[in-house]
Amino acid sequence: MANPAYLVAVGGIIGALLRHLVSLAVERESFPTGTLTVNVLGSFVLGLLTALDPGTDLLLLVGTGACGAFTTFSSFSFNVVRLWEGGDPVKAAAYAVANIVGALAAIGLARVVASLL
Amino acid sequence: MQRRDWVYALETGLLIAVGGAAGANLRYAIGTVLPGLQGTLVANVTGSFLLGVLLYEALYTDLLAEKTRVVFGTGFLSSYTTYSTFAVESTTVPLWLGFLNVVGSYALGIVAVLAGRRLVVAFTETGGSTDG
Repeated sequence: MANPAYLVAVGGIIGALLRHLVSLAVERESFPTGTLTVNVLGSFVLGLLTALDPGTDLLLLVGTGACGAFTTFSSFSFNVVRLWEGGDPVKAAAYAVANIVGALAAIGLARVVASLL
Repeated sequence: MQRRDWVYALETGLLIAVGGAAGANLRYAIGTVLPGLQGTLVANVTGSFLLGVLLYEALYTDLLAEKTRVVFGTGFLSSYTTYSTFAVESTTVPLWLGFLNVVGSYALGIVAVLAGRRLVVAFTETGGSTDG
């Protein structure tokens, strides 16, 4: 097995850079679609990975490193508070629900896909 | 794109890479000490607090450099915290515990951001201004 710290670091670099690119591509002023997009996409990939159980090295590189860094909880929490502060609690709640429903649906889909492979 | 735009994009990428590698590894280290839901919760709540401090500082006092925010916010804290592991772990435990994990993580994450904001406001009001 490769050194876990290296695997997680390389995965973390890839995940963080991809998240930045996605944010540049889809982020909007009015609604934080960038964070929502990475959280749903990353949950799909991690769901697929854990369902396929490809071994410790790949789980550390792609799961803990790349998917872990690609998705983010801190930006999510901050976005919810900012939407609420912006005077739109309904939008804040919708955003919070969209993240978890999107992520759970993506994980469910990933398990179906994994069972077909 | 002019040459200085390329250099700027490269620099931003390198800062995010450094932060991302460190953040993912700190989360991994916490996960080895506190496996499962707890380690993820600790990383997500502490990371939300620190991002709250960092981003409200940007809004209220704006003393830190933009590059500090890139390396620490976009790089380190966003990689240190994770949504995918949080979501997948919530589906691998009994339903009641998964539900509790989602509601509890959401509530604590929001409280952590608000605590970070409060710290910045307190700092701003007690001599953190730039006129000293």
